[in-house]
Amino acid sequence: MNYVLIGVNHRTAPVEVREQFAIPEARLPEAVKALTSCAGVEEGMIVSTCNRVEILARTSDGGTCLDEFFHGFYGIDPDRYRAHLYEHRDRDAVRHVFRVAASLDSMIVGEPQILGQVKEAYAIARAVGTVNSQLDALLTRAFAVAKRVRNETAVATSAVSVASVAVDLAKKIFGNLQGKSIYLVGAGKMSELAARHLLAHGAEQIYVSNRTHDRAIALARKFNGEALPFDQLYETVSLADIVITSTGAPHAIFRKEHGERFLSRRRNRPMFFIDIAVPRDVDPDMNKLDGVFVYDIDDLQQVVTSHVADRRVEADHAEAIVQLEVDKFQARLQTLDVVPTIVSLQEHLETVRQAEIDRVRGRLGTLSPEQELAVEALTRGIVNKIMHTPITTLKSAARESSEATTVIDLVRRLFGLRELKTAVKEDEAAVGGGKTRTRG
Amino acid sequence: MGFMPLIWLRVAVVCYGVGLLYSLLLLSKKGNLLAKIVEPAVGLGLIFHFVSLVESTILIGHLSLASIHYSESLLAFLAMVVFFVFFVGYRTTSPGIVIFPIVFVLTFASAIGQHPVTLTSPLLRNGWIFVHVVLIFTGYAGLFLSFGASLLYLAQERALKSKSKTALLTWLPPLQTIDDIGYRALLFGFPFMTFGIVTGSVLAIERYGAMFFSDPKILLSFIMWAVYMLLLYTRWSSGWRGRRAAFLATFAFVIAICAWIANNFSRVHRFIPS
Repeated sequence: MNYVLIGVNHRTAPVEVREQFAIPEARLPEAVKALTSCAGVEEGMIVSTCNRVEILARTSDGGTCLDEFFHGFYGIDPDRYRAHLYEHRDRDAVRHVFRVAASLDSMIVGEPQILGQVKEAYAIARAVGTVNSQLDALLTRAFAVAKRVRNETAVATSAVSVASVAVDLAKKIFGNLQGKSIYLVGAGKMSELAARHLLAHGAEQIYVSNRTHDRAIALARKFNGEALPFDQLYETVSLADIVITSTGAPHAIFRKEHGERFLSRRRNRPMFFIDIAVPRDVDPDMNKLDGVFVYDIDDLQQVVTSHVADRRVEADHAEAIVQLEVDKFQARLQTLDVVPTIVSLQEHLETVRQAEIDRVRGRLGTLSPEQELAVEALTRGIVNKIMHTPITTLKSAARESSEATTVIDLVRRLFGLRELKTAVKEDEAAVGGGKTRTRG
Repeated sequence: MGFMPLIWLRVAVVCYGVGLLYSLLLLSKKGNLLAKIVEPAVGLGLIFHFVSLVESTILIGHLSLASIHYSESLLAFLAMVVFFVFFVGYRTTSPGIVIFPIVFVLTFASAIGQHPVTLTSPLLRNGWIFVHVVLIFTGYAGLFLSFGASLLYLAQERALKSKSKTALLTWLPPLQTIDDIGYRALLFGFPFMTFGIVTGSVLAIERYGAMFFSDPKILLSFIMWAVYMLLLYTRWSSGWRGRRAAFLATFAFVIAICAWIANNFSRVHRFIPS
């Protein structure tokens, strides 16, 4: 395999360290070129996001380390950051790439951006030509694994922020948010965020009201909405389907009797109160009215918490899938590993057979066609019998990760086959440097 | 009933059985198991059902309501058609949770009938009677669907209010969608029910005179129609939904069942000559 991966992420390094290694997108092509120009590096790509930098390479032997790249490109002595850097090789590197792509290594497990970021990094490296057959195989597989994890587990389905839970709930009540209106009572970072989310999901009209009318006007301008005077709050709130409250009032400003009035004015069309204020702005009794749904900050937070817990459970399923996929990937690589050996073994014995026939031909005199066939069958039979055990052993060794290399070496030594490296080079020359997935 | 139509009907019952199972699994929150096959299954059931109805009509040689099993089968068929009309509009199978069991029971009862109650009145060959029944049954189908939707509305409302995790269960469509389905199903069924009752009344007056009104089934049908109208009116005038609408819909549904049972006591519907 000979994959090497070195990286920092949000868990191993604080932002001061991560920013030392972050590479802006514009510099990525240059960076991957620098990476592949290091001695022993055959292929390489780099993923750089705000939470992680992953430097992935395939080396010609297992031993190459990427220190040269750190000195050359970053001008940093990696030893200074050794505590923050993690390094994975071969199987572990494959596993890490799969986990990153499947968003299992993310700060918020299951967040969807990372896959896109990895795909982008891959596209950049491909465009520059630093990704060839083996990294290509790895990344293609990683994308498939990410897709499988997304399809087969619920790791990415539930909302894990207060604002997105609010959107989910609004959708559960109103279906489509198209044409729905929002009323912001009071201002605050969280309520603004919730409003922004709702607008992004199709809500159209937004009204703002605040004890200080100037602030309402400023906020309304920000959202392209309408500021309404605070003293007309009870008359105007029923205009909105979704009410987000976050005033500093010491007691509830919306009580059950208000709710009844709103409902009759709305002809019983449902209303959704999102109460972000502490102390609460909406009397919990309001929730008892048919068609009024009240969620306070704790209710929302509770949904978030339970979703986060769900994601953790789902992440366990996902990890199992990744493990399985790593095994499959490795098995496939190893089968590919033994194929060239089998082929050269067959070629070798066939050459021996031909040479021997040619050698004794003169002594045999003229043969009848039947005799010709018999000689052919006899020699072929012997060769096949001899080849049988080594080939089955190779094939079964391919399935056992620890054995494969030993058995390949052994068979090559026993039969005096060409050195693998020269063989591969010749093969590559023969197919014009195409995709030969052989051991490098 | 001939042999082949019964075979087709039984095939349809098996297909609807998938729907029934789907409903039960949904209730136990394991709905995803059958979600992929439920639509084709009940769709296939509908086709077999249609074939069965057509064949039995051809076999008898005329539109026949003489057998009670045929009527049950027809009612189930129409309920399923209405379900599919709404399925095409809203892409949700969730009203099926109520519709599928009703359809299954009706079709099943119809398919196992060995000795159908047969009414011999020549009146039943009358095309107008057939129109009357189809109209009424389509009205029933709309009412069934609306009833189903109102139950789902209650379930969804409760889930949202309880603030439990189930609030975000994905198998139920949004409250608004359920509400739309319930209301539109009512609107859809109402003209059918109205014209069904009008044609029935005209036919009955023609044959029995004004006394038909004291017939229990007819009385129940009129009450049901009144509740139906009340449902529509409260919805239209003050937007009643949720608990109150579900209560009325359940009431209408129960009367509909009673009216169905009242067939056994109704002189008019057993076509006993006056």
